[in-house]
Amino acid sequence: MSLTSAVLRRLLLFAASLVGASALIFVAVNALPGDVAQVMLGTGASPEAVAALRERYGLDRPAIVRYAAWIGGLATGDLGTSYLTGESVVSQVAPRLGVTLWLVSFAIVVALVVAIPQGMVAAMFRRRWQGAVASAASQLGLAVPAFYAGILLVVVFAVKLRWLPANGYRPLIGDDGWHVREWAERLVLPVASLAVVQASVLTRYVRSAFVEVLSEDWFRTARSVGWTRWRALWRHGVRNAAISVVTVLGLQLATMLVGAIVVEQVFSLPGLGTLLLTAVGNRDLQLVQGVVLLLVGAVLVINLLVDLSYLAIDPRLRDGGGRGGGSR
Amino acid sequence: MKRAPLYLGAVLVGLVVLAALGSLVWTPYDPAAIVGPKLAAPSFAHPVGTDHLGRDVISRLLVGARATVAVGVVAVALAAGGGVPLGLIAGMSDGRYAQGRRGAWLSEALMRAVDVLYAFPALLLAILLAAAVGASTATAMVAIGVATIPAFARIARAATLTVMTQDFVLAARASGTSVGATAVRHVLPNIAPVLGVQASVSFGIAILAEAGLSYLGLATPPPTPTWGRMLREGQNVLFGAPEQALWPGLAIAVAVLGLNLLGDGLRDLLDPRLREVS
Repeated sequence: MSLTSAVLRRLLLFAASLVGASALIFVAVNALPGDVAQVMLGTGASPEAVAALRERYGLDRPAIVRYAAWIGGLATGDLGTSYLTGESVVSQVAPRLGVTLWLVSFAIVVALVVAIPQGMVAAMFRRRWQGAVASAASQLGLAVPAFYAGILLVVVFAVKLRWLPANGYRPLIGDDGWHVREWAERLVLPVASLAVVQASVLTRYVRSAFVEVLSEDWFRTARSVGWTRWRALWRHGVRNAAISVVTVLGLQLATMLVGAIVVEQVFSLPGLGTLLLTAVGNRDLQLVQGVVLLLVGAVLVINLLVDLSYLAIDPRLRDGGGRGGGSR
Repeated sequence: MKRAPLYLGAVLVGLVVLAALGSLVWTPYDPAAIVGPKLAAPSFAHPVGTDHLGRDVISRLLVGARATVAVGVVAVALAAGGGVPLGLIAGMSDGRYAQGRRGAWLSEALMRAVDVLYAFPALLLAILLAAAVGASTATAMVAIGVATIPAFARIARAATLTVMTQDFVLAARASGTSVGATAVRHVLPNIAPVLGVQASVSFGIAILAEAGLSYLGLATPPPTPTWGRMLREGQNVLFGAPEQALWPGLAIAVAVLGLNLLGDGLRDLLDPRLREVS
């Protein structure tokens, strides 16, 4: 199979997945027992009020017609309009997106900076105490939910030491100029709590990747011509291990986004997660539907990019094979 | 020494299950009753103190284990019940004894559907359900269970593909055993150990998810105590009584650590060669 058809195949799969995901979201929100207008207004609403809402937003149309209208809007970048506030979903998402993106992207960077050396140490010294310590640390990190890590960090750095604020957010650029310090101070603890957990997951994969590298023939060859272990690892091992680490990072994105939703609540950050949970509280179904699709769509896009990057890296995958399924 | 993680994991998991079951019979106090002063320090009467309303924290922790264990067990059962047949069908229709191209196509279609589901973390499913029908213990179970189906489907398919290359499967098919009987009698018993490891790991992930959901108020509603909501309540008094948030978080970490160690230990027991690699 040529590269073009392999890429086309991936793009088709992506489009099909997106349609499948949107259908699943639509069904979950719309086809569950009870009707949307009734759910939004609560059980105490009068039948007249329910009928009025139903008519106002065309809820009396068949579900398939409403789904088609929603999907049609997506093609033009319209995620729908809130039944509750009358505002478009996009206009409510836009100002919140920045907070969540800063949080997730910084957390990825920090997690990598921690996990790569930790995983390398755990692999290199796997039969000695240094390796045991590195592995144990990641095992502990895996058991701690991000929001608990966040609360512990608040206790230490905000309550006891009073170095950093316990919660809140300040945009990087306000009407009165830049607020780099205030902005950074309020992101340190949320980023750290999200990164701690991710670093633990990544450490385990970095370790396995390097343990595998250490048993490769070319590694032994490099050692036998007089290279030190670290030099051989650095020159060849890192690149070989990188492929599996990038894969895991891609697959972990969904976990990161979910982690961000919860961590935003710990630190009262006005991000997408806060928007989504407020929408759930208000039973603003259109907003919930739109934001969930945006998040799931982001995960699917990342998976697509990971798949496409394989095609670029490894020609053997071009003949239609999918990526190997990890167990976690 | 080699099996220390396995035993430690089993002990930790045993403690959590014991707390959950034991709390059905006895707790020091009624977990919902106000039995002392607000935010009392640990004492003989209240070993880890009382909460912001004056309820006994240890009793609430013990009862909180129930929701954790119940949601974990039901979610993993749902995930295995949905994912294992999917993976089994996909694996058996794709392997060495595949029924031609149609089998490969079926396998591909099933796994792509599973991939779509993989893009839905438990939290997003729980949010969809909470928005549509309101949050409850049941929505948390369903959300976590459905979100875990892909993990079981993938591992079951991978294990099935390996088993399908074995001669005894060929022998069974050649002697006229039906596909269904082959699956149940020959494939399933051979992939069961791998599924057991997956169940242990998934249980840990389910506990983390349940804690997150109840922290956000998207799972078991009050007055039943859950570790996640206790953390949330503890966070509200963080400046006055930081230890309130410490205990429920510690309980979550112990349960998850136990299940992860148990999963790792079981995997090593199954395949000692893997110990070095992962």
